[in-house]
Amino acid sequence: MGRIWVMYKKELKIYFDSPIAYIFMVVFLGVTSWLFFRTFFLIKVSSMRSFFMLIPWMCLFFIPAISMRLWAEERKTGSSELLLSLPFQEWQVVLGKYFAALTVYVLTILLTTPLAIVVGALGEPDWGVIVGSYLGSIFLGAAILGIGTFVSTLTTNQIVAFIIGVLIVAALTVVGQPLFTLFLQGPLAVLTPYAEWLGLANHFTSISRGVLDSRDFIYYLLMTALPLYLTVKSVQASKV
Amino acid sequence: MIEVENLTKKFGATLAVDNVTFTVKPGEVVGFLGPNGAGKTTTMRVITGLIYPQAGTARVNGYDIWDDPVAVKRSLGYLPESTPLYEEMGVVDFLRFTAEARGIPKKDIRARVDEMIETCALKDMAFKDVSELSRGYRQRVGLAQALIHDPPALILDEPTSGLDPTQILEIRKLVRKLGESKAILFSTHILDEAQKTCDRILIITDGRLVGEGSPQELAAMAKGSSLYRVEYRGELQRLLSAVPAHMKVVQEQRLPDGWMALDISSSEADDRSEELFDAVVAAEGKLRRLARKEATLEEVFLHLTGGGEA
Repeated sequence: MGRIWVMYKKELKIYFDSPIAYIFMVVFLGVTSWLFFRTFFLIKVSSMRSFFMLIPWMCLFFIPAISMRLWAEERKTGSSELLLSLPFQEWQVVLGKYFAALTVYVLTILLTTPLAIVVGALGEPDWGVIVGSYLGSIFLGAAILGIGTFVSTLTTNQIVAFIIGVLIVAALTVVGQPLFTLFLQGPLAVLTPYAEWLGLANHFTSISRGVLDSRDFIYYLLMTALPLYLTVKSVQASKV
Repeated sequence: MIEVENLTKKFGATLAVDNVTFTVKPGEVVGFLGPNGAGKTTTMRVITGLIYPQAGTARVNGYDIWDDPVAVKRSLGYLPESTPLYEEMGVVDFLRFTAEARGIPKKDIRARVDEMIETCALKDMAFKDVSELSRGYRQRVGLAQALIHDPPALILDEPTSGLDPTQILEIRKLVRKLGESKAILFSTHILDEAQKTCDRILIITDGRLVGEGSPQELAAMAKGSSLYRVEYRGELQRLLSAVPAHMKVVQEQRLPDGWMALDISSSEADDRSEELFDAVVAAEGKLRRLARKEATLEEVFLHLTGGGEA
């Protein structure tokens, strides 16, 4: 645990010593607030539903932007030579880096809570739904970040890591959307429940309805653990 | 103590390191000398556990890279080639991170960082970001991170490349001082540097160790022979049978005007031009040029690495 902590501190320091974390937060908050308030005062309903509907699509583009540098940059500048010559085990480095990136994301999500306060001040929203949705946002982000971290080990180019990350996450999101499952007709119809289960955003929707089903959390934990396991394997594979 | 045993590393079909074996004892600075692409960096990366070899092993301080890679890394200081560092980090932050990563107890970290700043003369740069440093200072930060846990073994990959002459001298002096107690393996492609800094030199080319010895031994090896340049006309076979046993034709070239240019090496160090002259007479040939030249360490190096004619 202590080893992960050392790695975590260093990685978090880099996020906040360079402008990456600040730019990420400002843009994320700016875009979500704008899209939310654009309709909020027109609809005149004291709910954050339209805000949380945005989250899966925001995460799709924003989270690969945090994770793209995690490994690609180290490889590019050669600092991975130095990093991997330090007495860490690969999984300690992978987890330290992952949790640092997760912290940036969770902090950003927590910075949107003033929106909830505004909504609460103007009416009487369902607080259970809001708390559930925040929880869902964090689990959804954790899974996308895991995928992004893995993709980052596959290339030395951050832009490539970003684009491939977005593509994979987009595929996993779209697969569960009605627009996609609609096409599963005839003999393919048996696949519909599987496609819906696989869809990244579907579980988020069910959590953000305020239904805390353990199956949804297990899904996200699985979608986080598997990419992180692959990340460790990918880092080890570079040594052969 | 660094031990490398029958190390073989392939990248795809290319053989980067071929069955290399050597030892670096504590209190010894060993120079790893070879042309670019000879396998120096690959060997060093295997010892530091960055890559695994196909065959053979390496041990640092008794720990095997296969059995306990983390212990190997803990016993090592490594300065990678071209010194990659974290550009966004401050010098002190970076050193604190490496100190923590190398498991120095929390209460000692501050003292160790201060000591490294002192040893590597980083005082003026301590609060700057790594990205603001010049090449020389970067190199010192690289050395500081390698030394911060006072490791028994050090691996320095071309520590002087890209530095100015004063900086090179400083680094060499530091390496000599550290070499009094530590096992140091230090790679270079500059012969003169290996000669001045190292107790022992390993010469590597195409992944194979081709020569080993102290600079004095290698120099003696060089001094022990000499080279004669001769231009000769007549029967080559007759000359070959007439030259004394210690001489050998290493290169022959037919000149357009019917003469032959011969390079003849002799294992005798003193001047034997006279015997060669007699041999030409005995072969009933003609001689129009005879020059003698003593081999230098450089020629030994070129000879061993097959780098061409000196």
